[in-house]
Parts: sequence; structure tokens; C-alpha cells
Amino acid sequence: MSDRRTPDKASDGPGSPVRPYVMTEGREATNTVQLDMISVVISARGEVDELSLEPEQLAILDLCQRPLSVAEVAARLDIPVAVVKVLMGDLIARGYMLARAPYTIQHPVVGRDVLQAVLDGIQRL
Amino acid sequence: MASNDSDRGPTLLPAALKVLIAGGFGAGKTTMVGSISEITPLSTEEVMTEASLGVDDLSGVENKTTTTVALDFGRITISPELVLYLFGTPGQERFWFMWNELAAGALGAVVLADTRRLETCFPSVDFFERRGIPFVVAVNCFDGAAVYQPEEVRDALSLDPQIPVLLCDARVRESCKEVLITLIQHLQSRAASTV
Ligand SMILES: Nc1nc2c(ncn2[C@@H]2O[C@H](COP(=O)(O)OP(=O)(O)O)[C@@H](O)[C@H]2O)c(=O)[nH]1
Ligand SMILES: [Mg+2]
Repeated sequence: MSDRRTPDKASDGPGSPVRPYVMTEGREATNTVQLDMISVVISARGEVDELSLEPEQLAILDLCQRPLSVAEVAARLDIPVAVVKVLMGDLIARGYMLARAPYTIQHPVVGRDVLQAVLDGIQRL
Repeated sequence: MASNDSDRGPTLLPAALKVLIAGGFGAGKTTMVGSISEITPLSTEEVMTEASLGVDDLSGVENKTTTTVALDFGRITISPELVLYLFGTPGQERFWFMWNELAAGALGAVVLADTRRLETCFPSVDFFERRGIPFVVAVNCFDGAAVYQPEEVRDALSLDPQIPVLLCDARVRESCKEVLITLIQHLQSRAASTV
């Protein structure tokens, strides 16, 4: 990560421990997917053009062979959530990754079923 | 937003829900997440919310990015279609900016009331009341601290009569389960009364 730092970005002032935007340089324009902290993602099967990706993006694809939330990926790879979202947005735009938005209870009837499922799930623990 | 894919259809992906665990510093938030989560609680270091991060606008950001906040969270798999995440909220008021993003879309919240210093949960109660986010109050009883009855806590916090208040021990899994069950049942009764 640190070898991608460029002097014209931000100075390493005291108390600026992370400068995540360096890693996401030039990527945000392609990011059209709205990812939430608890969007669930999975890597798509198929060929990946590894040379066109950042090492962190390859790490994300490796990690997400089974469904994980954005927050989990951020925690496991020790990359801030905001940065993971940008890197993933790019992967999704290229078809390397799939995402599912969080569940929001808008429909009262569906909401009732979901609440019951959650209750049953917790009681089973 | 679920994209189509010939290999891995969207049905493979569970939808996630979240519940917040709030309360003052040291009230037992991380402990509660750890007691009930199926994974070792994870933690992310957040630099800023995205709105403030301004990825390509660095000029105004440098002096602000020094604020980092650790969020810890755990997971409960409900079914192949549903996953519940529990997020401990940052326990200090200077991290309010983080709460907005955390609270967006949350099913509800648990406010942990620390019996040694009840007032430390006031800001959390205020926040959820103002946002209309449903919550329950779990009174975490620390050894040697004054013992409060739930009704005393309700009075001290001026809570509406329908908001559940219960005693808990954040270190005990069954106790945390009971707190979450109380929260979901509270959500159910709210849903029943508004539909
Ligand atoms: N006696 C007692 N101690 C607790 C309880 N919950 C948490 N603690 C302890 O209180 C300390 C702070 O808890 P922590 O979960 O880190 O608080 P947080 O700041 O809200 O995340 C830890 O040492 C816990 O072991 C409880 O229910 N009873
Ligand atoms: Mg904590």
C-alpha cells in the first residue's frame, strides 16, 4: 500500500495514520453501486484480469469466495470501510463481484415474516 | 441492487440486517457483541464517514482524517437468507458523526445502562428517541454497584411505558439472547399496532 503513496497527495502529517484515498485513486468514477456497511458480497466465478486490479482488490476477491458483509471484509483485511466500498464498487462494475443490499423493512407483511424469522433464529441459538 | 450472474445468482446471497448496541463507555457493548456473536467480534478502524472522506477532494480533508474510530461488530446467521449483524456504537460523543451511518436502516437498538453511572446512556436514549429508532434498555449490573429495579431505571430515563427495560449481564450469552428476543418482540408489537 505504502509504495503507492505519491507526494502530491497528502503530507504525512503527525496524527494522519491512514491515507486510504491513495489506494482508491482514480477508481471512484466507475463506482456506481451503492454499497452499505452490511451489503453482502461474493466473488463471481470466472476469469479475472489480475494485472488490471489493485492487490487489495485481489485480496477482496480471494476473501469473498463465500458471502461476507462489506464491514467484515474491511475488518479482515484491515482496510477502512469507505475504501473497501470504492474498491468493491469497481469490482462489481467489472462483473467480478456481486452484492446484495441490506434488508430494509418497508413492506409491513414481509417485515412481519422477517421479524419472526429473526426471532426464531435467535431463540435457536 | 442484487446483480444477475449466470454462475452465482443473487439467491446465493443472504440479506443482512443490523441491530445496534449502544451505551456509555465501558457499559459492556463489546462484551455483549462478543457473548452472542457466532464469530469473534471484528473491528474496523474508520477514518471518517464517506461524506466527509471526499475521496478525490483532498484539500479540506487532511486536517480531519486524524479522527479514527473503532467499530466492533458480530454476526448471527439466522437462515441461509438472513444474517443479523450487531454493531457496538462508538461510546463517545465526539463520534456522533458515525452514528448516522450506523443507524441508517437499523432494525432497532439495545441501550446498555451501566448501573454505576446511569447518566452515560442518556445520549443514546435521546438519539434513538429523536430518530424514532425502536430500542430496549438493558440494565447491565456491575458487581458492587447499586442495584436498580427496571422501573427505577425507566423513571430515571423518563422512558415511555411501552419501551421494555430489563436487567442483563452482558457476559452471559443467555442473558444477551433474552435482550435481543425482547427487542424483536418489541418490534413485533410495534408493527402490530401500526398496521
Ligand atoms: N460485572 C460485570 N462486568 C461487565 C459486564 N459487562 C461488561 N463487563 C466488564 O466491563 C468492562 C467494559 O466492558 P466493554 O464491553 O469493553 O464496554 P464497552 O466500552 O461498552 O464496549 C469489561 O472489563 C467487561 O468485562 C457485566 O454485565 N457485569
Ligand atoms: Mg467497546
